Parts: sequence; C-alpha cells; structure tokens
Amino acid sequence: MSSTAQAVHHEEHHQSFFERWFMSTNHKDIGTLYLSFSFLMLFVGGSFAMLIRAELFEPGLQLMQPYFFNELTGMHGLVMIFGVIMPSFVGLANWMIPMQIGAPDMALPRLNNLSFWILPFAFVLLLSTFFMPGGAPAAGWTMYPPLVLQGGESIAFMIFAIHLMGISSILGSINIIATILNLRAPGLDLLKMPMFCWSWLITSFLVIAVMPVLAGAVTMMLFDRFFGTNFFNAAGGGDPVMYQHVFWFFGHPEVYIMILPAFGVISEIVPTFSRKPLFGYKAMVYAIACIAFLSFIVWSHHMFTVGLPLGAEVFFMYSTMLIAVPTGVKIFNWVTTMWRGSLSFEVPMLWAIAFIVLFTIGGFSGVMMALVPADFQYNQTYFIVAHFHYVLVGGALFSIIGAVYYWLPKWSGRMYSNFWAKLHFWSSVISVNVLFFPQHFLGLAGMPRRIPDYNVAFADWNMVSSIGGFWFGATQLIFVGVVIHCVFFSKQKAAARVWEHAYGLEWTLPSPAPHHSFTVPPVIDDSQLAHGDVSH
Amino acid sequence: MAAAANPVPWQMNLGKGATTVSREIWDLHMAALWVCVALGVIVFGAMFIAIFRFRRSKGAVAATWSHNTLLEVCWTIVPILILVGLALPATLLTRKLYNTSGAQMTVKVTGYQWLWRYDYISYEGKPVTGVKPIFSRLAWNSNAARQLDSGINPDSIVSRDGYHDYLLNVTHPLVIPAGVKVRFLITGGDVIHGWWVPDFAAKRDAIPGIMNDAWAKVDKPGIYRGQCYVLCGQDHSAMPVVVKVVPRDQFNAWLSAQEQPATLDRAARTAQVGPRKPAPAKG
Repeated sequence: MSSTAQAVHHEEHHQSFFERWFMSTNHKDIGTLYLSFSFLMLFVGGSFAMLIRAELFEPGLQLMQPYFFNELTGMHGLVMIFGVIMPSFVGLANWMIPMQIGAPDMALPRLNNLSFWILPFAFVLLLSTFFMPGGAPAAGWTMYPPLVLQGGESIAFMIFAIHLMGISSILGSINIIATILNLRAPGLDLLKMPMFCWSWLITSFLVIAVMPVLAGAVTMMLFDRFFGTNFFNAAGGGDPVMYQHVFWFFGHPEVYIMILPAFGVISEIVPTFSRKPLFGYKAMVYAIACIAFLSFIVWSHHMFTVGLPLGAEVFFMYSTMLIAVPTGVKIFNWVTTMWRGSLSFEVPMLWAIAFIVLFTIGGFSGVMMALVPADFQYNQTYFIVAHFHYVLVGGALFSIIGAVYYWLPKWSGRMYSNFWAKLHFWSSVISVNVLFFPQHFLGLAGMPRRIPDYNVAFADWNMVSSIGGFWFGATQLIFVGVVIHCVFFSKQKAAARVWEHAYGLEWTLPSPAPHHSFTVPPVIDDSQLAHGDVSH
Repeated sequence: MAAAANPVPWQMNLGKGATTVSREIWDLHMAALWVCVALGVIVFGAMFIAIFRFRRSKGAVAATWSHNTLLEVCWTIVPILILVGLALPATLLTRKLYNTSGAQMTVKVTGYQWLWRYDYISYEGKPVTGVKPIFSRLAWNSNAARQLDSGINPDSIVSRDGYHDYLLNVTHPLVIPAGVKVRFLITGGDVIHGWWVPDFAAKRDAIPGIMNDAWAKVDKPGIYRGQCYVLCGQDHSAMPVVVKVVPRDQFNAWLSAQEQPATLDRAARTAQVGPRKPAPAKG
C-alpha cells in the first residue's frame, strides 16, 4: 500500500493547481469539490434564510418589499435543496463509496468531473436572476403556475438552471450505480455493503426516475411562458393542478433522495460508537427499498386541499401513513443498536443522536399531516415549515455534518479540535430547536407560510424563532473554523482506524487516504467489515 | 361577538373552532398528537436509558447480537395497528368534510390578486338576485400600516371589539347566517389562492378554471378570521378572509336590505340619466 501511495504522491506533484481541481477525474478531489461547493451554497442559502428571519423578526415590513421576500423564500429552497443537501451527499458518495467497496475510483471518472462542473454554472444562472429586470422568480421553490408565469423573463434562467442541476444529479447517480454494481472488491456481496452504499444505490435509482419528471414539468412551464402553449393555463384548456401532480411526482421521491443517504450515514456512525453491529442490517436495507417504492405513490399528500376526489384523498392518506412503518423500523433499529452497547460520545455520535431525535420529531408531524382532515388545518401553514425543516435540517443537514466529523480525519489525515466541534454541536442542537419548534405553534395558530408580514398575535413566537435562526446561522461559522483548522493547521495526526470500533474497508486505508483508493482489490475479511456477517 | 377563536399571542395549539367538523378535527389532531407523544416517550426514553446505562465510561461491555425476529415483527405490526386506529376516524371525518349535500345556502368565493369576491348564489332553495357581490379587501388602516417603513405600529390596529386585527381585517366581510349549512364554491380569478377560515375547518385552494367546494355550519354568531394560504404574489400576506356570522333573522333582514338599495340605486340612476337612448348602431 505504501508504495502505491508514494507513486500517487509522485503523480500529484506533476498536477498544476488548475489540472488538479478543474480537470480532476479523481473521486476524492471531486468529492472535495462537491463538498466545498455545497458548503459555500449553505452560506448563500443560509444568508437568504437570515434575511427572511430578519424580516419576520417583528410584524410590519422593516427591511424589504414583499416581492423581494418572495424571491428569497423560493431561492432559499432551491439553493438549499439543489445546492446544499443533494451535492453534499454526492460529495460524500464520491469520497466514500470507492473506499467502502474496495475500488480504485469511481467507475466513470470523466463523467464525474462533468457532473460536478455543471453545478457551478447552474447556480450562476440561478443566482443571476436576482440581478435581472423583474428580479428572481418569486413563486416559492415549488414554482406553481400561474403565479410563476407572472414573473419576469428570469424564469427561463431558473428553468435552464434546473435542467442543468437535473443533468448533473442524473450523471452523478449513473456513476454511483455503475461504481457499486461493477467495482466492488471480490467477495464484497451486495448484502455485505455498508449501509451508506446501499442507501446511495437506492437513492440513485430515485434520482434517475424523477429528475426527468421535474425537467418535463419545468419545460412545459417554459413553453407556456415563452411559446404560447397552455399546458397549465386554464383559460387555454390547460390545468394548473396538472403541474402540481407532475411536480410532486418528482417532489416526493426528491424528499427521500435527500433523506435516504442520511439514513446510510447514521447507520454507519451509530454502530461505530455503540461498539456493536448494526441491529437488523437486512431489515434496514429492505426498509430503505420499501420507503423508496412508497415514495412514488404518495405525492398527492402535498395537495390534499386542491380538491382531489374523496377516493384519492383516502388512498394518499393510507399510502403516506404506510411510510411510517419502514421509517419506524429504521428508528427502532438505531435505538436497538445502541441498546446494550458500549457507548461513547465522540462528535459524530452526538450528531447522529441529534439526528435520530430531530428526524423522529419531523416524522411525527409527518404522520399528523398524513391525516387528511387534520392536514386541512395544517396545510401550507408554518406547521409544515417546521415539519420539513426538522427532517431537512435536523435530519439531512445534521447527518451531513455528522458524516463530515466522522470521515474528515480520514480525508485530511488530521484530527479536528474536539472542543470547538462539541461547541458547534451543542450550539447547533439547541438553536435549531429554538428556531424551528415554535414554528409548530405558529402553524397551529393559523399562520400561513411564505408571508413577509403577519398579525401581532404571531409576533412572540416569530421573534423567538428569529433569535434561534440568527443563533443557528452564526453557529455554523464555527463549523467553517473547525474544518479549515483541521485541514490546514491541525497538528494532531489521525490514525488509519480513526475511531476505535470503526469497521469497513475505508478504515484499512491510511489517513489521509491515498490519492487512488485501492489499486489492487483488497482481500475481504468479514471481521473487518461493518456488516460482514449478517446471518446472526 | 366571539373573538376568542382568533389567534392569540403565545398560542401553542390548534383552536377547537366553531363547527362540529372543526371540533372533530381538533379531537383527531389531539389523538394523533398524544400518539406521537407516547411513541416519543417510548423511543426517546429507550434511547436515553441506553445513553445513560450503556456507557463505555461506566464500563459497559457491548453485546454482540444484532437480530431479534420477534422484536422486529412486533415493531412492524404494532405501528400498523396504531396507524389503522388513526386512519379509521380520519377516513370517516374526510367523508364528512366532503359532504356538501343539503346546503341551504351557496356562496361563490373568487380569489383575486389581492382581494376576495363573494357572490351569493342561492339561499333557502331560491337563487339570490339583486345582491351586489362583496369585494373584500384588506382594511385600509392595516393597509397603511403594512407599507415598508410606514412608521405605524401594527399593534395599534385594533377592531371595534378590541381585537388586534392587523392584516386580519377587511373592508367588507362576507356575511352568512348562523345555524345554516353554507356551501362555498371556491375558485381563482388570476392565480391560485387559498380560502381558509381555521375556525370553520373550511379550506380549499382557489384555482383558476376549477370550482372547489367546502362547507360550514356555524352556530355561534361572531367574526371569524383567516388568511389566504397559497402564495399568490407580492401581497399574499394582505388578503385576509373575514366572515361575519349573524343570527338568521338578522341575516334575512340584512339580505333584503342589500337587495333593496340595489333596486333603488338603479332607479335613481335611471332617473338621473333620463330616458334611455337607443344603442348606437355598430358599423
């Protein structure tokens, strides 16, 4: 291994900065690019959120016109979904999948380069809409017509940006599927793979299935706006509700695209720090597959108030409630993995525990919203804002941060500051609840989402929520500091097996991992795998 | 006039509302909430016991098992049973929510950027004619206060009954009789809006080209407030829904009074203009 590593270092010396970072076909460098890009976007989307919470700090308009507020809410959602959560999971997949399955690199390295480099251009297109006449699209991230069609011509830029993001994530997913199905080390059966690889394998199929659906929806919108078609225009014989069906047929699997890899990450972290194998490995795999299948038949629960027929309401209620069963299995299995373990609470474990609690709270409000009559009172209020921020911030984002703390020493070869990382954790976990928990109350009291101004009865909880928001936002600056310190300045070297009980092929590589992971396929020893023996 | 059902500072839960359906929804909401709390106590409880009992720092030694079929079957079956328990009442209630039959009054609700238009279509089996539509837009005092840097404190906007009605009051509310099943036909004039009175649990998207319906039978007279809940452009936050429920006899009197001035008005205008001239021939 060391001779391989030396050869790789030799090769690195010949790469100029431009060659290494712009023309890279290396899964680690591209993974780093993905993660850095999504880190940057986290602060772009986060700054929109700060502006939103600042305007909502008290009733009345203090900072911006309502139209600009609407631009911010929509762009906040698009940036966070397509610019932060999705690319950071792809970044993690890039870094970890070849290392976890004993492969030298991704199966399609050039495609890998392309799928990343599409993204910066997509976001330049998307963010440039702020500076166009008429401003950015201001109809929310869901972009419902007819409202979105009232916007300026900037919506063409948004649509092309979405096309590009879709292409990028489809190419990324093709690569992940090709890698997992073709490049596993001999002896590493599918049912011995780490859960993270499993979650990404299934997620990739979701991405390939639904991104073209979104592309279709926004293309019809493009034609309605610029070429005189009437797909969604009632006056021309079209149907605005059809857009919503097509959009959510993409949109609900999309929700699981953003959470399944998080399940994978948590299923890696919890056994490591419980010093006990993952409970019910096979059930975990089947649960993910089951959730992925169900995610295709629940889309109309986003549309319970559009006037669906009674039968459809009831069908989508039942199918949605059914998702709670495999999701429950996952949560029970994580808790049972911890039961009778030998727990220690290093930073990644703290984030994983917070994930389980916060994601479960988000799941609870999800079950409540699945009940059609109850949803009539929750629909489009702050209750749903609270719900999806619990699953996307407390869920997806926390798992990503946990994953970074788990694997960063492997990537950089150095340990980060435990003190600052713990401070980051505790400050985040408290502020995220101050930020989002009161939004449940606001929603139940009747405050609609996507409003810049509100009645004075909603003032108090909004102020609490905004304070939590600024606190949470500021806390993430600690994260920047911890990561930069770890990568460039930390003196503490990380061992190959960074965590005492961490099993899996990635921990057999030195830290930092060599430029090419496994030039020779490793010999698989079940006792060294996280899930080597799943028979018991 | 009941204002108690409208949102209040520090409110933390759903209101019970003013209709039988809204109360049943409240019950369902509370049942679901308590189920979630109970499950939360079990799951988080087990987790925190694990966190405190099975610590390596306390010398805990990890077990090696990773499978228990009975346990796994149990926690697949039991949640299904719990969900069936919630789904049954929810299904019955959804049917009730959808049952607009037997309405004694029909009002058409149209959402525009940014006001609501109400047309009385029929009442007690007869079509309503001669009543002008009600255009229900944000009250002028709220409108002045909501402008960027208006300098007007939103807290100073108070209705006659003492409710701080900033952004929750309109120029002309919809007026409906108490104790009458009213069917609302809801549609949109330009973009999609959402008509919602939380206390009635009556809520439907107002979509151009589509006629949705909802219903409410409100027994208690009062002023009931809600808001547009579907993003409809820059003044989305400024198109409240206000419904004034009045006793039935009072409503009947009000309705005939509405019909009366309309005819008078027309007569007066005709008198002013003088004998009607024949329409000029098109050519």
